[in-house]
This record gives sequence, structure tokens and C-alpha cells, in this order.
Amino acid sequence: MKYQPVIGLEIHVQLLTDSKIFCGCSTKFGAEPNSQTCPVCLGLPGALPVFNEKVAEFAIKAGLATNCTISPRSIFARKNYFYPDLPKGYQISQFEEPICLKGWLDIQVDGGLKRIGITRIHMEEDAGKLVHGDISGLEDGSGVDLNRACTPLLEIVSEPDLRSADEAIAYLKKIHQIVTWLGICDGNMEEGSFRCDANVSVMPAGSQTFGTRAEIKNVNSFKFVKQAIEHEIERQIDLIEDGGTVVQETRLFDPNSGKTRSMRGKEEAHDYRYFPDPDLVPLVIDDAWVQRVRSELPELPEQKIMRFTDEYGIPAYDAEVLTASRPLAEYYEECVTLNGNGKAVSNWVMGELTRALNDSGASIDKCPVTPRLLAELLKLIDSGTISGKIAKTVFDEMWRSGKEPGKIVEEQGLIQVSDSGAIEAIIDEILAREAEQVAEYRSGKEKLFGFFVGQVMKASKGKANPALVNELLLKKLNE
Amino acid sequence: MKLTVAEVEHVARLARLELTEDEKNLFAGQMGAILGYVKKLNELNTDDILPTSHAVPMENAFRADQTCPSIGIDKALANAPKRVDSFYYVPKVIE
Repeated sequence: MKYQPVIGLEIHVQLLTDSKIFCGCSTKFGAEPNSQTCPVCLGLPGALPVFNEKVAEFAIKAGLATNCTISPRSIFARKNYFYPDLPKGYQISQFEEPICLKGWLDIQVDGGLKRIGITRIHMEEDAGKLVHGDISGLEDGSGVDLNRACTPLLEIVSEPDLRSADEAIAYLKKIHQIVTWLGICDGNMEEGSFRCDANVSVMPAGSQTFGTRAEIKNVNSFKFVKQAIEHEIERQIDLIEDGGTVVQETRLFDPNSGKTRSMRGKEEAHDYRYFPDPDLVPLVIDDAWVQRVRSELPELPEQKIMRFTDEYGIPAYDAEVLTASRPLAEYYEECVTLNGNGKAVSNWVMGELTRALNDSGASIDKCPVTPRLLAELLKLIDSGTISGKIAKTVFDEMWRSGKEPGKIVEEQGLIQVSDSGAIEAIIDEILAREAEQVAEYRSGKEKLFGFFVGQVMKASKGKANPALVNELLLKKLNE
Repeated sequence: MKLTVAEVEHVARLARLELTEDEKNLFAGQMGAILGYVKKLNELNTDDILPTSHAVPMENAFRADQTCPSIGIDKALANAPKRVDSFYYVPKVIE
């Protein structure tokens, strides 16, 4: 039988606020355990949580960027369960009346665009962190660090619209791009700032009724999410084929084995007994507030792609690559404003610059070749001062030293030779030396032309104007 | 209206309470009586009334996104039954 996987994602986005969602403790990552805590985030009796307004601001941004409706009124609820990383015995979250509802995003799939529904986005506090092993004194138990407790999160819940691991990844990457683009999340999956639970089920192909789903918890890289979903689909199909049934449960992904395994004992934990949190008053968002946030939204990737193709005449593919992140898109735009040649800048940004960034592991905002320097370099090519090939050498030198391209060209004597007399002299020399090849060429072996070009460029140390070399060589060889 | 013993056991498990058989029976009756009392509200027509989420007629109590000093590790851990380094110590959580 053929099976159809059905996948929905719950994405947790840690918000880039300075302070926690309900208290003034810092949210900075990596501080000494429990140093960023207070009565509120420790859940001490009598402590009163007060809502951080910026969290609402960020949630509205995320909602607008994913085509959601912003709820005029939303409330906080207590989600009750026991776990050592949850000091209050409940997590403050939203249940009924979350801040954003009914959005969507289009993702790129094989057959074009596919619309993925977003059920809701709600705000909540994170739990603390459990530390096992490694530390002396913790061999038999676990350590609890509550620095992360009460850190603001958005949970973005998709409809079960995804039909393969690849679609799930495309959607996840899109959300990742949007929240980092908006500057509301740093997107760091390793540190847990962006994490995802996947609900996976399978049903016979053509069926309308979904199968029983399993929930895979907290997988911390795109690669692992794909592996975990693929493995889970396979596991469920094998189970059904062998006459078994899928049980609704929480499963953990083990990156070492590439498999998921059951988290026993969590069955009853799904009875969370939500109720409105009496410590927190309702959040009311009027149109003026929504309009203000809307007017402050940056241009989003999709709008940028359209404008880049329109304004700078670059192919849609280029525009998509260049808008992978906001700093990259801004780099491109700054450079193209200085240089004007949209396609040339695009080639360099996607080519040399991306290669250099990958090789060095540097992020684009710390890139030693600034947009202005790159624009200067391209001007030197446009004006015929240097060849495109020499420009790559100059680029590498700019990367190393941060020097002006004009200066590098001057210092290293890299100016392109466009003096036909000088080039002709080199050509004559080469043709005299390679008399045998010349004879072969003239007797019809025209493939040798490339060999001559290479020899001339080599003799000129790459500085000869390639167009002129071609022209003059052709003339001389056919004399 | 008495609750079933199974219902009491479920609620007890969620609250991490261990009850004797006598207590289960006792609470089944008591909790049933409480629910029966609250059930009186069902006699009212609430069609046009929004569910109450808060007793105080107030909205939008905010704080600005500004950090303030935390209380410090020693204070934070002062009431911990056991402390290891800067961590609360808890018995192993098995998953």
C-alpha cells in the first residue's frame, strides 16, 4: 500500500528582548546558573508577574509577517504540569484567545508554490534547563538552572498541511528566515533560540482521515528535523504494515542513531487543565497599535525579491539567494546603489563574496570587504583598468588587508594591459616559440586557439586585456 | 452526585497525591458535592455573556523591556533542599 505522511510543526521562537517576559531579569545566554533569577521567575509565593510590552510588539510583528489576524483581545492561561525545570508547577502560556490566529505562508515545492496554514501564534514563558552528568555531585541526580525560566517565547503552530519532510523543512526555514529578518529572534538553533516539535502521522494514500500522530520533541537542527521526520514516517509505515497501530505519544529524536524513541510516562501529562491566569490582565490591542507595527515592518523577503528583479534586472533565482538573510540583502543593495550594475554585483556577491564568507566562517556584517570596496572593485573592471580575472586576486587581497582596490592594483602593478603594441609583442614571441602548434592550428586544428590565449595570458601575468588578446591573436594566426 | 473513584485517582495523580482507599471514597463524595453546588450556575441563561477570564476590570498592565538586578545565586538557592555548585539538585529525571 502507498502511504501519505501528514505533518504539522510547532515552532518555538525565543524572542530577542533584554529582559524576561514577566520580570526584569536578563535573558542573556551563557550566564552562571541561576544568576539571572528573581522571585517571579523562581516561582516564589506571592510574586506577581508583569507583562513585558515588547513581547506583544514582537508577536504582532510575527503575526503580520505571516498573514495572521491579530486578536483585539487575548488572555494568558496557566498550563499545569510537574517537571523539575518548571518552578511554579505551571507554565504561563496562552490557550483560548491567543494573540495571532489564522495565518499562512507560501513555500516553494516541486510543482510551484504551496500555501501552508498557520493555526495560531501564542506567547509563553520558557522553562528552565536540566543539566545531567558531567558535573561532580550530579552523578546521581540532575541540576536545575532557572536562568532560562520566564524567557519570552512565541509558539507558531502550523496546520497539518505539510506532506513530506522536505516540505516541513522548507516551511521551517521560511519561518526561521522571517523571525530573524524581523529581528525578533537570533535564530540560533544550537543554543535553543529556535526549536521545533513535529507532529507526524501517516494515512493510506488518497484517504481523507488522518492517522494517529506522534509528536517528536525539540530537534535542534534543520538536518535533524528532516532525519527525525523521515525516520518517524518510516517507523509508522513499518508498524502498520506489520499489523500494529500507532499510539499517540511523545517521542525523542536521538541524533546518534538517527531514530526516534518513546518518552514513556508522558501519556497523562497531556491533561494540562488550562485556566486563565488571575495574575495577568487581558491584553487588548487596538487597530492603531496594529497599524503602527505594520508601518514599522521592514520590507520582507518576498517583497524584496520582487523589487530586486524589477529594479536591478536580476533573475528571480539571484534575488532569492540574495534575500536569504536581511544583512546579505542589505549588503547587495548598498553595493548596487554605488555601482549600478545589478547583475555584476549579484554575481560577485553570490560568487566570490559568499565563497570567502563560507571559507572564513565570518558573518556578513563583519565582512572586511565592505559594499563600498566591492563597488570600487567592480568600477575598476567596468573601466577596463583590470580584468575580471585579476579582480579576483584583488578581491582576495582586499579580504586580507581591507585596502582600497585601486591602491592594491597600483601597488602590485595589476593594471590591465590594453596597449595593443605591447600585447602584439607578447603574441609574436609566443607564436615564434610555438611554431609547431601554429602550423597545426593553421592546418585546421582550431581547438588550439585556447592554448595560445592561455600562453599569452600567462606571459602577461594575467594582465593582458582578454578581449584584445582574442582579437589580436585571431588576426595574427590567420595572417 | 458522587465522583467515581477512577476520577479521583486521575486528579490525584495529576496533583502528585497519594491517597488511601478511604480517602478516595471520602473525596469522591466531597468533590462531587462541590461540583454539584457549582452546577447551580447552569440554571442561568449565559448565552450573551462572555466567559470571565479576570475578576478585575482592567487591561494592558505592562512593564517596559528593561532589565533590573537579579537577586543573586545564593539568595536564589537559599531555600533549595540541596545545592550542587550553582544548581538546584533534584533526583534524576528519567525519560
